[in-house]
Amino acid sequence: MGMTITEKILAKSAKQARVSAGENVWLDVDVLMTHDVCGPPTIAIWKKEFGEKAKIWDKEKLVIFPDHYIFTKNSHANRNVDILRQFANDYDLPNYYDVGTERYKGVCHIALAEEGFNVPGTVLFGTDSHTCTSGAFGMFATGVGNTDAAFILGTGKIWEKIPETMKFTFKGKMPPYIASKDLILQILGDIGTDGATYRAMEFDGEVIDSLSMYERMTLTNMAIEAGGMNGIIAFDDTTKKYLSEIGVTEYDIFESDNDAVYHSKFNYDVAKLEPLVAKPHSPDNRDTVRNVEGTKLTKCYIGSCTGGKITDFRFAAELLFGNEVKVTTFVVPASTAVAKQLEEETLKGISLKEIFEKAGCIIAESSCAACLGGPSDTIGRSVEGDVVISTTNRNFPGRMGSKSSQVYLASPLTVTASAIRGVITDPREFL
Amino acid sequence: MENKITGKAYVLGDNIDTDQIIPAEHLVYSTSDPEELKKYGHYALSSVPIEKAGLPYGGKPFIVGENHQSEYTIVIGGTNFGCGSSREHAPLSLKVAGVKVVIAQSYARIFYRNSVDGGFLIPYESQFKLSDKIKTGDFVEVDVEENKIINHTDGKDYQLNPLGDVFEIVKAGGLFEFARTSGMI
Ligand code: SF4
Repeated sequence: MGMTITEKILAKSAKQARVSAGENVWLDVDVLMTHDVCGPPTIAIWKKEFGEKAKIWDKEKLVIFPDHYIFTKNSHANRNVDILRQFANDYDLPNYYDVGTERYKGVCHIALAEEGFNVPGTVLFGTDSHTCTSGAFGMFATGVGNTDAAFILGTGKIWEKIPETMKFTFKGKMPPYIASKDLILQILGDIGTDGATYRAMEFDGEVIDSLSMYERMTLTNMAIEAGGMNGIIAFDDTTKKYLSEIGVTEYDIFESDNDAVYHSKFNYDVAKLEPLVAKPHSPDNRDTVRNVEGTKLTKCYIGSCTGGKITDFRFAAELLFGNEVKVTTFVVPASTAVAKQLEEETLKGISLKEIFEKAGCIIAESSCAACLGGPSDTIGRSVEGDVVISTTNRNFPGRMGSKSSQVYLASPLTVTASAIRGVITDPREFL
Repeated sequence: MENKITGKAYVLGDNIDTDQIIPAEHLVYSTSDPEELKKYGHYALSSVPIEKAGLPYGGKPFIVGENHQSEYTIVIGGTNFGCGSSREHAPLSLKVAGVKVVIAQSYARIFYRNSVDGGFLIPYESQFKLSDKIKTGDFVEVDVEENKIINHTDGKDYQLNPLGDVFEIVKAGGLFEFARTSGMI
């Protein structure tokens, strides 16, 4: 009996010849990632539990990105960053990316990719549910809480239950009005927010093969929205090219066997898909853009680890070129590298940044910003009565700020088309 | 671990996500300072829409006024309890508010792990939807040996799924205690 790519990686990490779904194993962790919200309590638990003997299992394998509550006057939030800074200083950590310095990177999941921490065949844990994003690189990546992270910090080990795998295959030719965000919203509408609980979500097919690493990351990022433990896409030439450009050349490549056992398989023909939204207040509350067209908006938001990558801004710039936004629109590059790309990359001779400025968008500094609401002075935060369309990943009550606000999730194409009209708009109007 | 846990039930619906359990804006408080810790209890379940707070009727805030502890110690949920973020502050805030057991039809993976590994509360699975059978305010008893919940208000009882694989960690009081008793650390 064959194994899935997820099973093979976990078997390697558990130092076993094979593993099967449902089995509990102890894993050796390759990278532990944390940030300003969950880092300080993780450090506190680690100090308390290991006491005087507290030792970081491997400093090279610990990566810390302040990214969540960065540009705020909230003193408690600032204190969290101070705690990280002190910790990095005390232990002389090589992979701490402090805010206010040139090392600052922005949103952790995108920074992990850019900084070369996403290595095919490895196992990465992070104190953030969207850690599953890294699975786009043919690796196992998932989120854990602070206690589990503190345990890893001291031992390099963690227990996991081997997940069953669900396979999602996309065939056909990607229409220009469909982005990978539509693919994952389609899946979420089909299987629901608990449709993949405790399971791996494996994506494949010719459409996936044709996607850039960033578009792939949109899919694996939102695996958690279906309750998935991890999302995974096999290594290929696109992965290889991305990695070689940032100097990552050593890794283990795993593929699912033909006779691997899957929990279930789903097949999609992308040519038949429509631009989609997730209506308030759940990522699986799917509808077509056409069905909600004309809904009046108060804010548009293009940002986050899901929808603030360079590919998202390329989509947006294409529609915004020569247009103006009719409603307050926030552009929040996920990382400082993306922010720099907005300045450098041009469309018809004009930088993407200038296109956004001319269109009347508000460009914010790289961070999680209003994706998760945040302190009251967070840029783009939703307030009472807001109706927002956003490229982010969650629209639970209160997620972007006020619990009375209504948030629609959509692709960067749909969000941009809607920003130009001031009401929810199908991107086909502009393409 | 107590073998019998009694208290008033607080009943919620399906898909109670971590933003409803503890809204992100409050995650700035220290989890090690005893005074600040109380904030987590105070804001526990504060983003549950009021019409869904305390079913079947709703309109019953989990925390009243300036308190950080709730009169309810057993939370009953539906499917996919704790979905959303990895914030361990979610089971922590329920614990600070005085919750000892959550009984839901199903859980999101990270919330479930956090509850067990952090030793915050016991996450039991019910065999069918209990949020239809138990009302907010009912006086209930959870029997951990028998894996059973007894509703003393109407005299009915329901079997719960045994804790299974994680029982030893729950019994030890969390991952670190478990690892110490089993000689791992
Ligand atoms: S951008 Fe949003 S989803 Fe991504 S890590 Fe930040 S808060 Fe989480």
